[in-house]
Amino acid sequence: MENNNNALEKNLWKVFLPDLVKTSRTWYLVFAILFLLFLFGLFCLYTQITQGHIVTGMRDNVVWGMYIVNFIFFMGVSYAGALISGVLHLFRSDWRGSVVRMAELITVISLLIGPCFIMFCIGRLERLPFLAMYPRIQSPITWDVIAISSDIIGCFIFLYLSFLEDFARLRDMKQAGFSKWRTKIYRILALNYHGSPEQRKHLKWARDVMAAMIIAIAIIVYSVLAWIFGVTLQPGWHSTIFGPYFVIAAIYSGTGVLIILMWIFRKIYHLEEYITKRHFVNVGVLLLIIAAFYGYFTFSDYLTKWYGSVKMDKVLIDKLFTEFYTMFILSNYVGILVPMLVVGIKKLRTIPNITIAAFIAVLGLWFNRYLIVVPTLETPYLPIQDIRPAWIHYTPTWVELGLTLASLATFGLLIMLAAKLVPIVSVSEMVEIEENVSVEVKPEIR
Amino acid sequence: MDEKEKTPKSRRDFLRIGAGMGAATLATVAASGLFTLTGKETRAEGGKKIKVLTTDGKLLEVSESQLSEPTADMVVTRESSHQGITGRKFVMVIDLAKCKNARKCVEACQHGHHLPKDHEWMKVFLLQNSEQEAQYWFPRPCFHCDNPMCVSVCPVGATYKRSDGIVLVDNQRCIGCKFCMTGCPYSVRVFHWKEPEDKADGAVYSPETGFPTKEGTVGKCIFCADLLRKNELPRCLSACPMGVIYFGDIIEDTITNGNETLRFTEVIRDRAGYRHLESLGTEPSVYYLPPVNRQFPVERGFEGLDPKIRERYENTASYKINPLLRHGKQ
Repeated sequence: MENNNNALEKNLWKVFLPDLVKTSRTWYLVFAILFLLFLFGLFCLYTQITQGHIVTGMRDNVVWGMYIVNFIFFMGVSYAGALISGVLHLFRSDWRGSVVRMAELITVISLLIGPCFIMFCIGRLERLPFLAMYPRIQSPITWDVIAISSDIIGCFIFLYLSFLEDFARLRDMKQAGFSKWRTKIYRILALNYHGSPEQRKHLKWARDVMAAMIIAIAIIVYSVLAWIFGVTLQPGWHSTIFGPYFVIAAIYSGTGVLIILMWIFRKIYHLEEYITKRHFVNVGVLLLIIAAFYGYFTFSDYLTKWYGSVKMDKVLIDKLFTEFYTMFILSNYVGILVPMLVVGIKKLRTIPNITIAAFIAVLGLWFNRYLIVVPTLETPYLPIQDIRPAWIHYTPTWVELGLTLASLATFGLLIMLAAKLVPIVSVSEMVEIEENVSVEVKPEIR
Repeated sequence: MDEKEKTPKSRRDFLRIGAGMGAATLATVAASGLFTLTGKETRAEGGKKIKVLTTDGKLLEVSESQLSEPTADMVVTRESSHQGITGRKFVMVIDLAKCKNARKCVEACQHGHHLPKDHEWMKVFLLQNSEQEAQYWFPRPCFHCDNPMCVSVCPVGATYKRSDGIVLVDNQRCIGCKFCMTGCPYSVRVFHWKEPEDKADGAVYSPETGFPTKEGTVGKCIFCADLLRKNELPRCLSACPMGVIYFGDIIEDTITNGNETLRFTEVIRDRAGYRHLESLGTEPSVYYLPPVNRQFPVERGFEGLDPKIRERYENTASYKINPLLRHGKQ
């Protein structure tokens, strides 16, 4: 590449190249631990397939448990890339460079993990192809299949386009000491991209289009997900607000996970120079704004249910404030107010504080999903009777917990592998932004 | 009245298009139905000719030797099970005044459909609408709604509504996503959480029998569609010692509980029949007669009940409200 002599780029490669070429012992250790968790997940899945769904905590009333909670949760986390990187890309924010790559990785990886929970949840895994073979377009699940598969493809293309320039750079790096097969992989992946003006123009155009498209697809995906609940007649689900409410909640969790990963990578790669307090505050402010919206939606949803006090709504809300009280407070008070206060009050606005706030937000949001799925299923129109007492309440079993843990481990594994393939901060993006921001760009490069 | 009939109909039509069932194919299956079911191909010509009326109202003349009684082991295939019994629209009426939780309906259903333990299609609830209102036993089969939420939400068409009103589940199509279970507002559907013990060697599966059952799929009351083909009444009805359950045809306007046969419209009119949770708009095919002039006090329902079964009601609000319920004889 012609602009290889850029100082910023040199510095960036200095940070990332060693880790791309060599692998530390810690990396192997962490990888091994996560891989063991992944294997444990496989064992849990094996147990469930051989012994049947009786090994889960789900029963005839609570037919959707932790699996569906995790499914919605991971789909929500996928918003990190879709909305954050999409929006930041379209608005050309000058600080996006160091965070968009992470956001896009989070998106694609959580989009790969999320739908796995549907596979864990359905009774006959081998009949999954039926969804495509005998689809009924009236069913929101069919909408979901269409929406999620488009989303995965769209987000993958968006991610790949952002990788392309870095692949080209890595391919052209003769002095880095990559093994032959690795250079070959980069050569294939770079698709003969050489950064000619024509290619750059096309790539920019493609990325703009994809950024706009994945924003739209992401909104559709999560609305459809919300409608799976919204279209039923169940108390607590049958709500017109669910579409936008779920979308906001998803952006919230996506932003939260992004902040957590920013903190982790900043520590691992010593990126203090590139991921500064400014980034944390900026993403934090985004978190604050979304928290406000999310809190408003939550309040509005529960207020109308409580005030109108239709019998079943009342029963449900009474249950939320008694049996699920701690969880309700944690998700709908702590999970919303703490991030708002931490980011809102200037004194508290430090990097560790923002990270902790983001963690609380993500945790609170997971519980919020749990509170949407489980209590409603425990509050059917006909009271739960004439059923084995042990089957009334839902508690996740070790199989469900194991698969949840394994999915988190898989998330980590895939992020680790991705960070081995490409730098975790987009070098090309950083360079490009630098060129655009500073007025004295060397014109001969273009 | 007209308004009321219009809305569900258009929605149902919409559903039907999706299921890909043309009316034309339905008719042809019906016409051949009677003969394919017998499964016998004895071609001895001659003998006495007799006139038979097919299920879709055609008058045919066939030789006597070609006819055979439908046997118990005849099986309606998965394809033909989509076809309702022509000219029928089934309805069930449950007289709450007579029910005393004898649980014979539950047992007959479990036994007749070879259902595994803890997988009940028929349940008996102890309901009380509000604290000052009366308690009553409430047997609950599937309501076979005319606007069935379960059918709407099924992503693979494993559950379907037939022309005779019956909603069936094809457990060879069902992927076990359980969306229908969350869709049903009456908690009718139950899941096969584990491999059923009853392996049913050699039995051929039909959605009309729901047997053999399959792990990881959904099951529910099917109005004993297999017996209806043979012109017999559902098992719960025949088993009920109190004559609580009436079954019949809304087109013929007739219902029976095995002992007495009544006009459906008259019963509903004179005894203020209603449908449970009418406000949800699901248009159930099961009607209830209010528990007035009851033959038994509600506590009688606990008499002679297995402690394991009694446990199933102990967490209920109505059980806690009424101390009398706890003193039924064991």
